[in-house]
Amino acid sequence: MKFDTPATSNPIDQLKVVGRPTTRIEGPLKTTGRAPYAYERHDVAPNQAYGHVLGAGIGKGRVVSMETDAARAAPGVIAIVTTLDMAQLPKGKMNTAFLFGGAEIQHYHQAIAVVVAESFEQARDAAGLIRVEYARGEGRFDLTAARPQAKPVDADGKQASAEEADERVGDFEGAFARAEVTLDESYTTPDESHAMMEPHATIAAWDGGKLTIWTSTQMVAWWRRDLAITLGLKPEDVRVDSPYIGGGFGGKLFLRADAVMAALGARAAGRPVKLALARPQVANNTTHRPATIQRIRIGAGRDGRITAIAHESLSGDLPDGQPETAVSQTKLLYAGANRLIAMRLAELDLPEGNSMRAPGEAPGMMALEVAMDEMAERLGLDPVEFRILNDTQVDPSDPSRPFSQRQLIRCLREGAERFGWAQRNASPGRQRNGRWLTGLGMAAGFRNNLVVKSGARVRLGTDGMVTVETDMTDIGTGSYTIIAQTAAEMMGVGLDRVRVRLGDSDFPVSAGSGGQFGGNSSTAGVYAACVKLREAVAQRLGFNAADASFSDGEVRAGNRRVKLEEAAAAQELVAEDRIEFGDLSKRFQQSTFAGHFVEVAVDAFTGEVRVRRMLAVCAAGRILNPISARSQVIGAMTMGVGAALMEELAVDKRHGFFVNHDLAGYEVPVHADIPQQEVVFLDETDPVSSPMKAKGVGELGLCGVGAAVANAIYNATGVRVRDYPVTLDKLLEGLPDIV
Amino acid sequence: MTPPDPIALSRRTLVAGAAAMTSAGGAAAAPAAATGTTPSALTLRVNGEDRHLDLDPRTTLLDALREQLHLTGSKKGCDHGQCGACTVMVNGTRIYSCLTLAVMHDGDAVTTIEGLGSPEAMHPMQEAFVRHDGYQCGYCTPGQICASVAMLEEIKAGIPSHVTEDLNAAPALTADEIRERMSGNICRCGAYSNILDAITDVAGRPA
Repeated sequence: MKFDTPATSNPIDQLKVVGRPTTRIEGPLKTTGRAPYAYERHDVAPNQAYGHVLGAGIGKGRVVSMETDAARAAPGVIAIVTTLDMAQLPKGKMNTAFLFGGAEIQHYHQAIAVVVAESFEQARDAAGLIRVEYARGEGRFDLTAARPQAKPVDADGKQASAEEADERVGDFEGAFARAEVTLDESYTTPDESHAMMEPHATIAAWDGGKLTIWTSTQMVAWWRRDLAITLGLKPEDVRVDSPYIGGGFGGKLFLRADAVMAALGARAAGRPVKLALARPQVANNTTHRPATIQRIRIGAGRDGRITAIAHESLSGDLPDGQPETAVSQTKLLYAGANRLIAMRLAELDLPEGNSMRAPGEAPGMMALEVAMDEMAERLGLDPVEFRILNDTQVDPSDPSRPFSQRQLIRCLREGAERFGWAQRNASPGRQRNGRWLTGLGMAAGFRNNLVVKSGARVRLGTDGMVTVETDMTDIGTGSYTIIAQTAAEMMGVGLDRVRVRLGDSDFPVSAGSGGQFGGNSSTAGVYAACVKLREAVAQRLGFNAADASFSDGEVRAGNRRVKLEEAAAAQELVAEDRIEFGDLSKRFQQSTFAGHFVEVAVDAFTGEVRVRRMLAVCAAGRILNPISARSQVIGAMTMGVGAALMEELAVDKRHGFFVNHDLAGYEVPVHADIPQQEVVFLDETDPVSSPMKAKGVGELGLCGVGAAVANAIYNATGVRVRDYPVTLDKLLEGLPDIV
Repeated sequence: MTPPDPIALSRRTLVAGAAAMTSAGGAAAAPAAATGTTPSALTLRVNGEDRHLDLDPRTTLLDALREQLHLTGSKKGCDHGQCGACTVMVNGTRIYSCLTLAVMHDGDAVTTIEGLGSPEAMHPMQEAFVRHDGYQCGYCTPGQICASVAMLEEIKAGIPSHVTEDLNAAPALTADEIRERMSGNICRCGAYSNILDAITDVAGRPA
């Protein structure tokens, strides 16, 4: 099904199942420990051996030799594959760093061997017996030091001249110079780690030349293709199965070493191999959100209207890598006739930088929305009013291109009203209650709505059950449930009549989970397949498909009604289709919006920050399942608290690695850090987005919330921190005097 | 030619030295134990049933459950006591099963998430997690639920926490007490607010 004109009314609009608060259909499996994750598939292949991955102990250089005799002689060892056993393996299309093979070390903890043994303990022990001699190379590990060599990159991440790469509208420099009120500040965001709870894990089994992996991936089709490329196989000889994923946040988008090492280990051992990256390997072996150094300039008239806005960002990555697109929201969020957007990318020899939840916007909104807070203060305007004053209903660089829906102002007004924003003391550092300084902060939330083609197969079984099959993944986002709701609505049955099977590469290729495109796109694909199944049902039952309605387990037209299951009583009916998106995303700017409001208390003596209240008011199209959508938003708000207050990979700039590479050193929010969170969804639909009239919501909750925390800290203390996270050492000096 | 790096050299020497010490010590004292190949026999009472195991003595309680008994509900998130995904109850008390060797628990009663309930007959806490959406990806969830159940018992037993204001009084069932006591269980999906609602639902409204 091609989606190239805005949706009109369709069966989803009935909202008998879609849009209703629905607890997760896989919930009883997850809460009783019966949902099987990648490393737990004891049943899928007999005689599984255990693998342990050895990571490189240097950040850059070469492996000179590997002494494996002691390891091979260790009890239980079946096979060892080292990186010197083969040439550098080809990279998958989505990979920046090479995953295995050859002597070259591109980054710390790059996989250099897999040891396969009868038990986990034996494999781990033997891996410790491998002696590696390295020739350490000179690496570039310091983003600030690499700045002079950084190259301009365009919006697609491609290197170009500054003239070609930088996006200019009007005359930024002239307008900024003439502006009555200006801001010119720099902000830094650190490297961050996804730190999903389930480490990357794979079971691999060969059957002749055919390989099956049971793994933990957000993108089944990408992994299949890229594993085939890396191992020199045909894609059809690779099967990927990933029904349960213990979190991803971007860290499981792209083929990782666990799959490659399990496959190589299994081939060498001649039996299935299971392995997981050890937690301390995850941060350096895999990918991370790259650090940024951002400069924001805003010029405005005394009336508060922005006349000039510039956002420049520097980030680093391995050769052939990508920039962190921290500037992208600044193209669209606020009005202003004169604009400059620019990115610079430096080569670094740290582990691969790549997507982490809301790539670009998460660090970009952190800087932009603090800059807006600062600018509002300089203008003497309320931060909410300043943003409303500079709202735009069109793409500021192309006014012929409207937003499909843009209810940012409503999000901000409703949020301010609900949160009690009017009680905020605009003078910072003046609210003291015992040892606590308190403050309120806000920020806009903004994240684009992406749409990606997505396929599904739907079966009406002889038992009357509707079964959906798609390689879509559920990484905690609620895919199982919203897909079941979509099929139930379309086929006119209850949720108890729908089965959903996900994550298998034998199923039609879906959008996968990433970029907050998964929910809307994958359900639209299920919608398309259900439209076909309805036609097949109607034909078999002798209805005109256009006249037939499907509800309460029946197909009806005129006075005639037939039970749905009768269509398949003799033989199962199967339909498959995919949704493909036309140019609506070019003709309209599709984005999602929020107002984030935060109250903090800062210990006047120690600078310790406690978040007391959080509210997000979101405009994100039709909300398919208010329960799981709300969970997506509160989870993202939690990650935003992490970014604002604690998350930072510490770079060892001498040896080139992330030092705090486990969950004790890399701190993420825990229960005690997070207050009750409130989420409000505006009641809206966006027919330009898809037949579901929904949009992405999984990343919106993260975009801006960190800035709202930082702005609340400023309001509480009067200390403006521009290097994130806002740890207490950065506050102590500037805290108000304790009388 | 790369010049020798003193730090790299010292690290290699250190590692090689440590490995040599391990094998030398093992050879002198107990060769079989050092290689971990002599199984240790033990009995765990798991979810009410005696399970006899012959284990490599290096096997953690977590791996004994997951790899030997195929009770994979207890999760391995970090394998060294930083995340809480492996939380089970031993003799009624919650512990990180990755931080303890199985051989230390001969004769102990272990309750895992599978022992609390099944999809067809869920424990009230499991039902509450479903009702309040106290999870997303589900990987930390068994640990959160086991910790929740044991934690409420700790409050009932009068065991104070870091945030208990009056150590002479019985700890109150407040949101702050629950958050503090649950902070050894990380949920990266960020379901904390919902988990608190689920626990509160089971425990009764906080004071």
